[in-house]
Amino acid sequence: MLIRPPADILPSEITSQALFLQRRRLLQSLGAGAALAGLGQDLWAAPEGRPTLGPLSASPYSSQEKTTPLASVTSYNNFYEFGSAKEDPARQAPGRLKTHPWSVAVEGEVKHPRVYDIDSLLKLAPLEERIYRLRCVEGWSMVIPWVGFPLAELIRRVEPTGNAKYVEFVTLADPAQMPGVRSPLLEWPYVEGLRLDEARHPLTLLAVGLYGEVLPAQNGAPIRLVVPWKYGFKSAKSIVRIRFVAEQPRTTWVKAGPSEYGFYSNVNPAVDHPRWSQATERRIGEFRKRPTLPFNGYAEQVADLYRGMDLRRFF
Amino acid sequence: MNTTPHPPPLNPLRLVLLLLSLLPAAYYAWGLAADTLGANPIEALSRGLGIWTLNFLLLTLCITPLRKLSGWHWLLRLRRQLGLTAFAYGVLHFLAYVWLDQFWDLDAIARDILKRPFITLGFAAFVLLWPLALTSNQRAIRHLGGKRWQELHRMVYAIAILGVAHYLWLVKRVALLDPILYAIALAVLLGWRIQARLRLAGPWPVRSAPPVVQPVVFMPKRPQGKLPLPPGH
Repeated sequence: MLIRPPADILPSEITSQALFLQRRRLLQSLGAGAALAGLGQDLWAAPEGRPTLGPLSASPYSSQEKTTPLASVTSYNNFYEFGSAKEDPARQAPGRLKTHPWSVAVEGEVKHPRVYDIDSLLKLAPLEERIYRLRCVEGWSMVIPWVGFPLAELIRRVEPTGNAKYVEFVTLADPAQMPGVRSPLLEWPYVEGLRLDEARHPLTLLAVGLYGEVLPAQNGAPIRLVVPWKYGFKSAKSIVRIRFVAEQPRTTWVKAGPSEYGFYSNVNPAVDHPRWSQATERRIGEFRKRPTLPFNGYAEQVADLYRGMDLRRFF
Repeated sequence: MNTTPHPPPLNPLRLVLLLLSLLPAAYYAWGLAADTLGANPIEALSRGLGIWTLNFLLLTLCITPLRKLSGWHWLLRLRRQLGLTAFAYGVLHFLAYVWLDQFWDLDAIARDILKRPFITLGFAAFVLLWPLALTSNQRAIRHLGGKRWQELHRMVYAIAILGVAHYLWLVKRVALLDPILYAIALAVLLGWRIQARLRLAGPWPVRSAPPVVQPVVFMPKRPQGKLPLPPGH
C-alpha cells in the first residue's frame, strides 16, 4: 500500500523537446485532417502530445462554471473495459487502445446506413466546445469542456425510418486491447441506449475531444456520447456501432442490476440509488458536497421530454 | 520480566508495531496535505481508513492461529495492540463518513444507517467494537473474570463478518474481487478456529458416556442468514 509504483516512464523514454517539436512541425505540415489520419499511437498516449482540434465554435449550451482540471478529468475515470479502479483507465488505456483507424457503423432502421471512419466523423459537422456538467451515478461530478457535434447532425444524415424509436450504442470490446473485458462481471460489449427524441435533443453530443484536444484514450477515444442530464454511465465511450431500433435496447447496467440502474437514468436527486442517496454530490476538487439538481441542472431544456412520465417508475 | 501484570511494558516489539501501525495514517495525512491522493482525495481517505480497519481486524485474528501453529507465545502480547489499532482506524473511518461525507447532518446519517444495509452493517460493526476496545485492559479482565471477558471478546468474529459484509455490499459487482479476497481470508481464519474446536472435542467422542462437549458457539450473534450480497447481484 505504501510502496509507490515505479514511474511509468523512464527519463530515457521521454521524447526530447527537439524531437517533439520536429514531430509537431511534421504534423502541422501534413495539415489537420491528414495529421489525424497519420497519428502515431504515442501521440495519442502522451498527454502533452494530443493534437488540438479546431477551429471550435462556442456554444450557448455551455456552462459558465469553473471547469475541472484536465489532470482530474483524465485520471479519475470509470471505464471498466480497462479495469474497475478509477486510476486503471489512465494507466491501461493510453498504451493499449488503438483509436486509429476506427470506424463506426450506423445501421438499423435508417434510410442510409453507412460505416463512417473516424476522419469523416471529425469532418461531419462543425466542431463546438460544450462545457457540460457530468454527474456520475456514484455521487461525484465534474465540469468538462467537451469538443464535439450534436448527435442530431449524424441522425439527420442517415434519416431514421418510421420504425426507429430508440438508438443503441455499442462500444468496443476487444480483449486484446482492453484487459477488463476478460472479467465476466459485466456483459460485453457495453451497450447503452437513448430514446430517439433524447438522441436528437440538441444537448446530446458526440464528443471527439476535451480541453480543445482529441479525446484521451481513458475518456472514451476516439468518439463517445455525452448526455449531460443523465448519469455518466449513459454516455457510452469508444463507440463502434450506432443502431436505430424499434424496441428499447437492453443496456449493460440495466442487465447487471435492474433494481439499481434504469434505462432512463436521468439525474434525479429525489430518487435514491438503493445503496446511497442521490440528493448531493461531490464536485471533484471541492471539499463540501453540493445539492444535485434535477436533470443535472438541464431541466429547462429537457424536462419536456418526460412530461407525464412517472420518473420514480422510469428511473 | 513479564511477571508484573501492569503497566504493560512498552517493549521494543510493540513500539515497532505501533510505529508501523501509524504508517497508513501518516500516508493519508501526508497525501491530504500534499494532494497526492488523486482526484477524489476524500473518497480515497474514507476507503483507505475502512480498508485498514479490516486489515488490522484480520491481523488481530491471525494472532491465535499463528501462535498455535508456531508456538511463539509472545505473539499474544501483540493481539490487544492490533485490536486497538483496528478500533482506532474504525473510529477514523466513521469520522470520515460523519464529517467529510455527511458534514454532521445527523438526520441524513440516521436515515442512511436505517435505510442502507451496507451502512447498517458497518455501523453495527463500529458499535460492537466499542465494548471490546473499552475492556481491552487488565482491569477489565480482572473485573469481568477471564471467562466472561473471553466470551465478550469473541464478538470480534461477528465484527469481522459485519465489516467484510459491509465491504462486499458497498462495491459494484465489477469490483468484487478485493472484498471477496477479504471474505476468503476471514473464512480461513474462522474456519481454522472451528476446526481447532472440533479437534479439541476429540477425534471421536467416547461412546459409553455422553459427550461433555460444549456446543460450538463461536460468535454470539450472526448477521441473519448467509453473507448478504447486493440485491439483483
